[in-house]
Amino acid sequence: MESMSQLAWLIAAVCFILSLSGLSRHSTAPRGNILGIIGMTLAILAALFSDKIDGGYVLLILALIVGGVGGSILAMRVEMTAMPQLVAILHSFVGLAAVLVGLSVFLSEMRSVLPASGMDENAEAFIGPDLIHRIEIFIGVFIGGLTFTGSVIAWGKLDGRINSTPLMIPGRHWINLGMLVVCVLLGWWFLQSTAFGSELVALLLMLVISFIFGAHLVMAIGGADMPVVVSMLNSYSGWAAAATGFMLSNDLLIITGALVGSSGAILSYIMCNAMNRSFLSVILGGFGADNGSGGPGIDRGEQTYTSTSAEDVAQMLRDAKEVIVVPGYGMAVAQAQHPIHEITELLQKTGTRTRFAIHPVAGRLPGHMNVLLAEARLPYDLVLEMDEINEDFPDTDVVLVVGANDIVNPGALDDPSSPIYGMPVLEAWKAQEVVVFKRSMGSGYSGVDNPLFYNENTDMLFGDAKKSADDILQALRQ
Amino acid sequence: MIIGAIKESLPGERRVAATPQSVAKLIKLGYDVAVESGCGIAASFPDSLYVKAGAEVLNDQASVLARSDITIKVAPPQTDEINLIRDGSTLISFIVPTKNEEAIGQLRRRNVTTLAMDRVPRISRAQKFDALSSMANIAGYRAIVEAANEFGSFFTGQITAAGKIPPAKVLVIGAGVAGLAAIGTAKSLGAIVRAFDTRLAVKEQVQSMGADFLELEFDESGEGEGGYAKTMSNEFIAAEMQLFADQAKEVDIIVTTALIPSKPAPKLITADMVKTMKPGSVIVDLAAENGGNCELTKPHEKVVQHDVTILGYTDLPSRLPTQSSNLYANNIVNLLTDMTPEKDGQLVVDIEDTVVRAVLVTKDGEVTWPPPKIDNPSPTPQKTPAVPTDAAIQMTKPDAIRPWVWTCIAAVVGFGLLWLMGACAPSEFVSHFTVFVLACFVGWQLVWNVTPALHTPLMSVTNAISGIIVIGGMLQMGPSVYSITSFLAALAVLIATINVAGGFLVTHRMLGMFRKQD
Repeated sequence: MESMSQLAWLIAAVCFILSLSGLSRHSTAPRGNILGIIGMTLAILAALFSDKIDGGYVLLILALIVGGVGGSILAMRVEMTAMPQLVAILHSFVGLAAVLVGLSVFLSEMRSVLPASGMDENAEAFIGPDLIHRIEIFIGVFIGGLTFTGSVIAWGKLDGRINSTPLMIPGRHWINLGMLVVCVLLGWWFLQSTAFGSELVALLLMLVISFIFGAHLVMAIGGADMPVVVSMLNSYSGWAAAATGFMLSNDLLIITGALVGSSGAILSYIMCNAMNRSFLSVILGGFGADNGSGGPGIDRGEQTYTSTSAEDVAQMLRDAKEVIVVPGYGMAVAQAQHPIHEITELLQKTGTRTRFAIHPVAGRLPGHMNVLLAEARLPYDLVLEMDEINEDFPDTDVVLVVGANDIVNPGALDDPSSPIYGMPVLEAWKAQEVVVFKRSMGSGYSGVDNPLFYNENTDMLFGDAKKSADDILQALRQ
Repeated sequence: MIIGAIKESLPGERRVAATPQSVAKLIKLGYDVAVESGCGIAASFPDSLYVKAGAEVLNDQASVLARSDITIKVAPPQTDEINLIRDGSTLISFIVPTKNEEAIGQLRRRNVTTLAMDRVPRISRAQKFDALSSMANIAGYRAIVEAANEFGSFFTGQITAAGKIPPAKVLVIGAGVAGLAAIGTAKSLGAIVRAFDTRLAVKEQVQSMGADFLELEFDESGEGEGGYAKTMSNEFIAAEMQLFADQAKEVDIIVTTALIPSKPAPKLITADMVKTMKPGSVIVDLAAENGGNCELTKPHEKVVQHDVTILGYTDLPSRLPTQSSNLYANNIVNLLTDMTPEKDGQLVVDIEDTVVRAVLVTKDGEVTWPPPKIDNPSPTPQKTPAVPTDAAIQMTKPDAIRPWVWTCIAAVVGFGLLWLMGACAPSEFVSHFTVFVLACFVGWQLVWNVTPALHTPLMSVTNAISGIIVIGGMLQMGPSVYSITSFLAALAVLIATINVAGGFLVTHRMLGMFRKQD
């Protein structure tokens, strides 16, 4: 039976690899998801029939059913704007599961040797899990613990339950370093220790520290860096699964964990590049704390902006041949994507080409904006990535910037004193006319002032983005 | 307060200071509006439209002026108009205080608060009130239309069955608002356009309109105060005149817009130059009001000299009455919007405001013109450092070395760790490790292929499959339901299953939303 399980897990691993490769294109993505489901079902069935389970089926099946139903309810209920929170909380589950499995492995293996070893303390060290196995447990629990609390904090920040400004404890780098050192020392104690009791204490102490460490790490990171953090936690959850795989000598867990781990690592890398920030500086945190005090170094004279009305924007759109919409998270908050989609359809009918330009960090998750636009039934072939569309701005008549700020900030290219200098941005200002939908003249998520607003060819359309879009739609229909 | 707009009495003045559109906006600001019957006829705004917009239409000028708290008009007020304006009311109009001292005196005696639309300073904040720019824009457009009217050929080049038509060549001197408008109009008619300006800063603007910017081999910029031009050195002028003389022989149309504030217009096109121009050429002199840029210009008139038509019209904006009324009325609305902070129809004249101070000509029986100098720079293009600064260079240099060093260190550390592992770890671990490393590489390759648009589904799928940890929990289940290991394992299974079900289902939901355009 054991070989059968192993083979089934091999097939499951292949399914997962095919699942990820299916996501490379829109057309094959649903198939990829189905393959993932098949792989997972196979893996769970194979585990159920594995020889390694020696009882407790009732509890097991119950757990599977309750978890499955709970997960389904969560998935059906979630709003697309709340995807980042869902993803974050799911990461925390993986982390917590890794901790629980780690503890369970430790306890069961120690327990199975305890009666045999009697009370002879010296014997225990040799009969207990061997050295490398202990390291696996220790590291697995550490990664799991840090993923768990880190993800919970990330969830809280994304959900607005925790203030998203970075928590800056003085000397926090030293605190982090100190906690790491203590963990290493505890690990050494854990490995050296011969008594079950002291091993357990070392493991639990380390677990507590890893909880604090994970929470503190994410607390120090500002709202603007959340996409990176969520990707990073995605990666950690993969490594936690892989560590569990090592613990249990299970190749399927190792392979899957490695796939997820590298996926998250790549996403973090892409996000960091899109913000021109090094991974280390994101992790060390503190970005987005100063609210525009490091304003533009170039004196742009008296800064004035022109405001416009929905009717004028509608007229502008009627006269345009090429329109690009630059959406930001603000659009999703205001739920303006639906009227914007209808505007797009009207314009398409009159022969105005309307497309969407997505900056990699436009949403709060990698690819978040694409999902939000897809939810508004916007065809995905009208939605282009920054690299695909940035060249087209000079030939564009009207750019609508909806709820976005930093990703269209020209200061990122020409103002070396700007905090976001060097970040690749959508070059909206090169178009004939730019209309910025904005609530008021406040600064963006990162608190950086945006010279685009004061450009001569920029008009500000103040007010709630959804209301403005509705008004434009109304005016266009007349 | 009541705003009143009257019919312009100056002969040939077809503009009006209030349009039905602007009336509606003024009413939104809380004002009542009265207009003289027929005031907008010449600009194609019949009385009925004013009524529809909410204005009261009164039969004669006197009754409008008698009721108005604020009178708005276009041309500087005539004596009989001033006599009808109510004592202590407000007048917003073009005033041209340098030429109308007498009118200013009369206004002062009547205690009128006078705001001169032609004195709006050239600062960014005031652009939306800048009536001179609005009018200059129209004049520039109309200059080309007038030139095309006089010119005997096409502007655009064509190749027809009957033969080839060369495009007209247009020279625009002075690339201010009017100049740029002329460039744009001539360009869109298909002409070859060249432009000259002493201010090198406008080069980019000229080129962005599609014209060639003519440059002198000379290092002097004519950037004067407030974004206007200044007088240049003699050497510069000589070189400049030579350039014009050369161009005159070549081009078909010359549009001159060169003005220096409060000085007569510089004479740029001499009679000799006109003589060398091709017969049938046209000169449009937009500086005619101030004496003209061409020696042969007769203000307000069209003359033909040496077979060249020279247009000295000074009423170009008025020749596009609908458009210019619209823009002028908007300028006034914008000014009143700023001066009505509460939107309650009460005008607030705030002397501390730079714009208000600049336009204020009389107030409380005193002449407040000219205003004290304000030093506010013109909207000159920002000079951004094109070359990286020293600091930036120093930043990049070590970066270039770093990857090398890092690669070496990583390789050494990697080999060291592998060697250590081979020395101590059991073979079972090594085989798992092999699988792990290979899987990392497979994952790395796979994920780079994922289109960025699907990164969120990617995250939710990886979320679901990292729920594979459920297997770990399952394998830890033991026979005793009440043992702590089984309890922990069951808990792990429960939460990992949430992940599995939730992740796959939400991915399914998301992917179902993506659709291609029909």
